[in-house]
Amino acid sequence: MGSSPSKVLPRAMKVMVAGHFGVGKTTMVSSISEISLLRTEETLTDAGLGIDDLAGVEQKRTTTVAMDFGRITISEDLVLYLFGTPGQERFSFLWDDLVLGAIGAVVLADTRRLKESFPCVDFFEARTTPFMVAVNCFADGKTYTPQDVQLALNLDPEVPVMLCDARDRLSVKAVLITLLQHVIQRQRQ
Amino acid sequence: MSSWVDKEAGPIVRPYAMTSGRTQPVQGAFDLFSMVVALASLSIQDTQPESAAIMRMCQKPVSVAELAAHLDLPAGTVKVLLGDLLARQLIVTRAPDFSSSDLEAVIHGLQSL
Repeated sequence: MGSSPSKVLPRAMKVMVAGHFGVGKTTMVSSISEISLLRTEETLTDAGLGIDDLAGVEQKRTTTVAMDFGRITISEDLVLYLFGTPGQERFSFLWDDLVLGAIGAVVLADTRRLKESFPCVDFFEARTTPFMVAVNCFADGKTYTPQDVQLALNLDPEVPVMLCDARDRLSVKAVLITLLQHVIQRQRQ
Repeated sequence: MSSWVDKEAGPIVRPYAMTSGRTQPVQGAFDLFSMVVALASLSIQDTQPESAAIMRMCQKPVSVAELAAHLDLPAGTVKVLLGDLLARQLIVTRAPDFSSSDLEAVIHGLQSL
């Protein structure tokens, strides 16, 4: 008792893994998490507007979303949480609550359905949360270069794009390191 | 207990009943990944089972999300119960946060994984 919270408690840092349904968000988090993937439900609040508005239902304010997350203990003082909302890209207008305080986001994309990544990319481009695009390479997908993807998604050249395998721990690790380096670079600007 | 009230039937005690209908914590603002730790090892008896379970689970630092997942409760419910424990000074909490040097530390940490 009496000791300050900072001495007792590690600091949590969080990274969002975003992307459309079936792109591999949950796989990516499980590949690198030190704990089995956990799921909880979070209630998100919107401004009362959006695609969930129904005629006659005034002021719909909240939506409950499932949240998958994993953990990586960096040191006694630092814990990294990775989280994603499985199959919930249509609630992207509610993500403001989720990304608050996040270091950044990984937008996971699939070259077979690249246009489905647009809503996600648009979301982060319109905000200050740093993000990168990681292209999950599926066996039956054509291989494109990161430059192809950058052009196809019309990304700012500063946004890192890399190919990855969401099932592979080393590959996911490389993605996270790239994101963090991007965040550091942005902070220096 | 055998029964028709299995998990599929949904919770017997509704989450809002555990919080007496409250949706916001009386004290504190909890992020899903705020860390929480108990300040005392005492087992609290003057409270509901869910709060007692939270006290047991946060003897070591743990996030709100992990508490919610392990207790199989919505995060919002856990936040309200944590607010009560915070008001009684039984726990401390820390919101997610980072500095530039933390980012470097995470990169090094990941590289050595």
